[in-house]
Amino acid sequence: MSPLLQTFSNASAYAYRTFVAAGGDYESIATVTVGAGGASTVTFSTIPSTYQHLQIRGIMLSTTANHADVTLNSDTGNNYAAHALEGTGSAVSSFAGTSRANMFSIFYTPGTSTGVGGGVADILDYANTNKNTTVRSLRGTDDNGSGNISLISGLWMNTSAVTSITLTARGGTFTQYSSFALYGIKG
Amino acid sequence: MPSTYTPIATQTLGSATSSVTFSSIPATYTDLVVVYNTGVTSTTNDYVRVNGDTGSNYSWTRLVGTGSAAISSRGSNDSKMIVGDVTTSIVTTQIVNIQNYSNTTTNKTIVNRSSAPNSAVTASVGLWRNTAAITSVTLLPDGTTWLSGSTFTLYGVKSA
Repeated sequence: MSPLLQTFSNASAYAYRTFVAAGGDYESIATVTVGAGGASTVTFSTIPSTYQHLQIRGIMLSTTANHADVTLNSDTGNNYAAHALEGTGSAVSSFAGTSRANMFSIFYTPGTSTGVGGGVADILDYANTNKNTTVRSLRGTDDNGSGNISLISGLWMNTSAVTSITLTARGGTFTQYSSFALYGIKG
Repeated sequence: MPSTYTPIATQTLGSATSSVTFSSIPATYTDLVVVYNTGVTSTTNDYVRVNGDTGSNYSWTRLVGTGSAAISSRGSNDSKMIVGDVTTSIVTTQIVNIQNYSNTTTNKTIVNRSSAPNSAVTASVGLWRNTAAITSVTLLPDGTTWLSGSTFTLYGVKSA
């Protein structure tokens, strides 16, 4: 593997040995990339309980302004709560929900051909059966004149271990090239 | 399950520098993550450019808490994407997530968190209006220099 060259603005340069971790505590579990037909939901199922935390990373596209709302273990009852802090580029707002049927969205897209929603969501202590489950998300999208950056905190009021995660398009579908990847983090 | 979140390169600055670039980034990962702990000569905002593109091909939206105000602002047709505030001692920590960087189908989105303890906390998102794969990432403070001792690490995250 060739060394990675790093340059500085003062015209100096350094080359660094690249390396690959021999083994690690952050593992890829599964990836869903939406095909040409689109998808209204994306589900990660049969999640092993062998990690400490989970993380979802991805991009979201749609033909309409759209959210990816989260439910766990196929629970669509009013067993979720959430808070959000949002900036739109011109305003700051905060909102909250209790006894919700989902945990708010961990991805958002403006639904244009140019805007791409991105995000990173953490599902903490997901396999612990002594506590409810917390999800936190950093999500954002910008479309050159409009945008949305949000911090989301969600709660599933259930002490069961999380074995599946479903992302549901709030309106329309996730369109082709939307991609969501699930990772496990060991404790 | 395949292990990932691989350190690609890291650098600790030995002198003040106006920008840092990671180049020749392999296309073998899904996301890139840049983690840096920095200070600057004078408090300012810092930014990201990719692929050496200095054109007006970027835009961004940010959410800032200063302790006395919560602010959201945006930049359009900009020459770079904002990350957050950086202050004059090496206490600012920032994480830049560059999502799906190597795909050649979509524009590129970055989502970031910045913690400048004696200035502001910031969440930001940026868009590079180009579908090309990202092969280089440049981190630069606005109008000043990174302090000697600042550290930058580039990670690659590969999905299954």
